[in-house]
Amino acid sequence: MPKGRVSIVVERCKACGFCVEFCPSHVLELSSAFNSKGYHPPHVVHPEKCSGCDLCGMYCPDFAICASKVVEPKKAGAAGSSNEKNVGPVQEGEK
Amino acid sequence: MSDNCNDDLDNDFNNELLKNDLVHLDLNPVENPVERFLRSDRVPHIWCPGCGIGTTVNSFARALIDSKIDLGSLALVSGIGCTGRVAGYVKLDSFHTTHGRAIPFATGLKLANPKLNVVVYSGDGDLSAIGGNHLIHAARRNIDLKVICVNNLIYAMTGGQTAPTTPDHSTTSTNPYGVFEPSFNLPHLVEAAGAVYVARWTTYHVRQLSRAISEAFNKKGFSFIEVISPCPTLYQRRNKLGDGLDAMRDYKEKSKVRNGCPTSEVGMTMTGEIIVGKFVDRERPDYQTMMRAQFNQSLGDRFVEQQEMEPVCS
Amino acid sequence: MKAHTVKADPHGVLTGTHFMDGDHACCEGALAAGSRFAAGYPITPSTEVVERFASRVPMVGGTFIQMEDELAASITLQGAVWGGAKAFTVTSGPGFSLMMEHIGYAAMTETPCVFVDVQRGGPSTGLPTLPAQADMMQARWGSHGDYEIIALCPNSPQECFDLTIKAFNLAEEFRVPVMFMMDEVVGHMTEKVVIPPADQIEVVPRKHTHKSVEEYLPYGTNGDQVPEMAHAGDGYNFHVTGLTHDERGYPNMTPQIQDKLVRRLQTKITDAADRIAMFEEEELEGADVVVVSYGITSRVAQRAIGMARDRGLRVGKLRLITAWPFPDTKIRGLAETIKAFVVPELNLGQMVREVQRAAGGKAKTYAVSHAGGGVHNPEDILKVIVEASR
Repeated sequence: MPKGRVSIVVERCKACGFCVEFCPSHVLELSSAFNSKGYHPPHVVHPEKCSGCDLCGMYCPDFAICASKVVEPKKAGAAGSSNEKNVGPVQEGEK
Repeated sequence: MSDNCNDDLDNDFNNELLKNDLVHLDLNPVENPVERFLRSDRVPHIWCPGCGIGTTVNSFARALIDSKIDLGSLALVSGIGCTGRVAGYVKLDSFHTTHGRAIPFATGLKLANPKLNVVVYSGDGDLSAIGGNHLIHAARRNIDLKVICVNNLIYAMTGGQTAPTTPDHSTTSTNPYGVFEPSFNLPHLVEAAGAVYVARWTTYHVRQLSRAISEAFNKKGFSFIEVISPCPTLYQRRNKLGDGLDAMRDYKEKSKVRNGCPTSEVGMTMTGEIIVGKFVDRERPDYQTMMRAQFNQSLGDRFVEQQEMEPVCS
Repeated sequence: MKAHTVKADPHGVLTGTHFMDGDHACCEGALAAGSRFAAGYPITPSTEVVERFASRVPMVGGTFIQMEDELAASITLQGAVWGGAKAFTVTSGPGFSLMMEHIGYAAMTETPCVFVDVQRGGPSTGLPTLPAQADMMQARWGSHGDYEIIALCPNSPQECFDLTIKAFNLAEEFRVPVMFMMDEVVGHMTEKVVIPPADQIEVVPRKHTHKSVEEYLPYGTNGDQVPEMAHAGDGYNFHVTGLTHDERGYPNMTPQIQDKLVRRLQTKITDAADRIAMFEEEELEGADVVVVSYGITSRVAQRAIGMARDRGLRVGKLRLITAWPFPDTKIRGLAETIKAFVVPELNLGQMVREVQRAAGGKAKTYAVSHAGGGVHNPEDILKVIVEASR
């Protein structure tokens, strides 16, 4: 059970690479997908390693990614105000 | 930066995913703590890929949460430039003022309504060149302002001209053959002028920066936090220093945390070490405290405190 | 549609009969109008206004700060306005020039405030202690871009008191920076100034919104061209910018929004120009010549007009109390019936150009120029009145 969970707002990403670089657990890689601006957003390649530290979120200059600690797997309304733009993550593991 | 181009089939699949509304894949998206402070209807913002300004905003948002500051009494004032655009993206009472004059505007706000917590969020050119005079006088007066100076070593918005902070021998659009002027050591300048809290971090130091901003919120007087931040499009590119990520790696490698370091020793060069840390944390009465004390002493009972500014409603 | 007014706060009103100069009277006018904040920088011949404010306001309840330069003073006062205060600054020519960017900022962000210019000889350092009226065009056009302002010209210390209150009232009503165009003589002449009791002084309060946070649009107007205001700390989380902005206050830099915004900044004043216009008129009926003047020159012109009438000439007087927006309608109307306008000014021809423009060729316009440094000789004005009457 991963300790943390990542959310990526794909359309905001500008592929700067900060999150990939500074994730202490190397959870992320830039994907080969494109968003509508032509950037490669990151995707989670090691979801099991995510600790929910949210360093990715703190580094992201585009407010395109964040992570939080997993409290309850099926905790309803955890997101509070819904943000329809919070799409993703494109979890490779789920393919 | 891995940029593996998988075969076309993979690409098509990914693109298909992205084209569809992916909300159903994540029924409980994680809420980014910064989101409630953003004017989401204005995101994505105008800052370049790899620009560090957005990163500083995350640290700022975190400080707002951790310090438990009353958001209703918070006002943010910025000047002109890339960092100046922060005012337009935060969901606070925010003022995008004129070039170099965020600090005097903020002074007026604070003096008219002392209950406000006033943050000045602006860039190195705005605060130390055209705004330099106001910077030193507000520090001298110890006006209770929290100044976040995002220093990307350049005038970015206007296309990469030399700033007073541009390290020498850098190439800029107004020094195409290399800067030959010495650059400002901002922490030294503001300490000499009278600031009570002086710190420098880089956009690599996201948590330390957040903590510094929280400390500034809890401190009365003129606080100045310099954040070294990449400008990939102009400073980095023109000086063949790579992109934003290269700058961040550079900050990680070249930064030396030296809390309490004498500010005279923290000047920066283009490729040298970057001294970061909390340099100054001292006590001096702030402007309004001194003003009140002086009037009480001189006028005694005749002194009338400024009334709370009530909105005189129509 | 007259603006809503309230009675002045008695704490700021120095009721009584005084013998004071224009600068001091201006300060009292500001206090009576409810101003509790000033930011300034010393410059002759205006400094006394804020010196008096600095000594009065700690006992009334307010703040004065002497800033490091006029660039700071002119924006610090605007920060204070957004913090809830009625605020002003005071300067003369060189400082007025420095303040121009921020006058434009006030116009663009619709920040109600008052800029007092006690005019002196220019250009540049010029004649620091001597009068001129050569900043009149600058008051209107000094900042870049298209914007409107209101400008008032007192001609006595009493008017320095009365019209300062009017200046603040207009600023609040139209959410515009108001230029208070004094001159060195009016500022330094000492005369009787009667300050009435506070309950006889009408003051326009801040047009603060009553809308809910969800409904409120910082630059939204519903019919009325002047938006409602909020202050920092009221909980509206609004954004103010000098960039071209939409009704939410968000930067929106398109030609469409530019057109909408800048035209409204203009029409909110020009549509009300006839209502804003204030002048003093005398014997305009049947006049052959009308002397148009303002400020200290109007006092000298009065003498010249008397001398002309003694000679049997039919001379009317039109004293501009509001110089901007320029009273086109009045001038155009007069131009139909008179032979000529005579416009004495302490400059080489500024407001006379407006008179000429508005007259549209229907009447001649004669300038009586004076480069500044003193006031006209009444005889010099009389000479031109006689010439114009031919």
